[in-house]
Amino acid sequence: MGVSEAYFDAASAAPLHPAARQALAAALDDGWADPARLYSRARRSRQLLDAARGATAEVLGVRPDELSFTAGGTAAAHAAVLGGLGGRERVGSAFVHSAIEHSAVLHAAERHVAAGGTAHEVGVDRLGRVDLDAFAAAVAGPGTALAALISASHEVGTVQPVEAAAEACALHGVPLYVDAAQSVGRVPVPGGWSILTASAHKWGGPPGVGLLVVRKGTRFRAPGPADERTDRSTDLPAIVAAAASLRAAQAEAAALAERHRALVDRIRATVAATVPDVEVVGDPERRLPHLVTFSCLYVDGEALLHALDRRGFAVSSGSSCTSSTLTPSHVLVAMGVLSHGNVRVSLHRDSAEADVDRFLAELPGIVTDLRAEAGVVDL
Amino acid sequence: MTEVIDCRGQRCPLPVIALARRLPDLPVGATLRVLADDPAAATDIPAWCRMRGQHYLGSPAPHAFDVRREV
Repeated sequence: MGVSEAYFDAASAAPLHPAARQALAAALDDGWADPARLYSRARRSRQLLDAARGATAEVLGVRPDELSFTAGGTAAAHAAVLGGLGGRERVGSAFVHSAIEHSAVLHAAERHVAAGGTAHEVGVDRLGRVDLDAFAAAVAGPGTALAALISASHEVGTVQPVEAAAEACALHGVPLYVDAAQSVGRVPVPGGWSILTASAHKWGGPPGVGLLVVRKGTRFRAPGPADERTDRSTDLPAIVAAAASLRAAQAEAAALAERHRALVDRIRATVAATVPDVEVVGDPERRLPHLVTFSCLYVDGEALLHALDRRGFAVSSGSSCTSSTLTPSHVLVAMGVLSHGNVRVSLHRDSAEADVDRFLAELPGIVTDLRAEAGVVDL
Repeated sequence: MTEVIDCRGQRCPLPVIALARRLPDLPVGATLRVLADDPAAATDIPAWCRMRGQHYLGSPAPHAFDVRREV
């Protein structure tokens, strides 16, 4: 397995699925030639690529020619935003997006604004659900070229009303882009969108493979120089591994989601009951099965992460002191929930119930110790 | 007179801790102004007020946050 500690950060990168490892090894032997060439070995590579595309498209419920592979989830998100906006340049230059999009989407929006476009950010409620009325009103505004709504928050797990947002977009002929990085391979993604992206290492595929789906009939102008290849990754073995692991993850998804949901419910309930002054954040019902986030009052997020790491728990945090920019998570800020002392736990297929229970047993003492060190126990 | 505590230069969660220490010294109904330039303060001070049943009055100026003692 290679993961001996209690690894609870699958939302950043899931450990490699055995199906990915197997396919990767086979494709490294068999799929290293350039699939665009005409000799037998190249045709073998082409077959592998076509099979990977076919299998991936089938899982997503799209046509193979609507799907291209990118060099990762971030590259896919950048291409989705800039390509979707570029394709609708004649209609306008307004980009509507929720306040809780992934930073890759927000960075693409910044690029769009720097190039003279506009961006309209739509807020969320305390549970992290987008304000649907405000979203629909923004989409209806003049010159809206593209709207973006993440399928579910990668930081707090709240599932977004994608179907209703897609309806609002359809009403005004605006394409909807859905960043489904945390959903693909785990939970069904509603339809109605025009552009979708995902990232293989979130479902147990190798890093460096992103998916970009552009539905037929969507105006799209790929950013960057024109190329006869639609794929922007040529890492064929990784693509083959991504496809194999997606199919395997999809087959396991329903059972895994049920198991994760029970563990996440246990974490939510136990943390709220055993850690004083904790805020468990995100929608308690409409949420991703594998991800849970909470904030501990008066606790330094970085100190908490290091203390957990020393006990063998790998988690991530949206607290400012843990970020390279020293700013708190824009998702927690948009929700208006406590941003310091923040912990995100996200589970993968090999996350053991015993590890979750050990985490729940040790967390209250860790928080108590940190509060004692900071002299805030009486506050 | 509004009481002021200066937490500029302090990182999260220190401004919130300073607020939690100082506010109980003030009478109910009094206002405490927290000066803090950590980017998390704008989120965490209102969140603390919500968790503790105190009243967040708003930010009258950049890096300034007013809290009224309710309980």
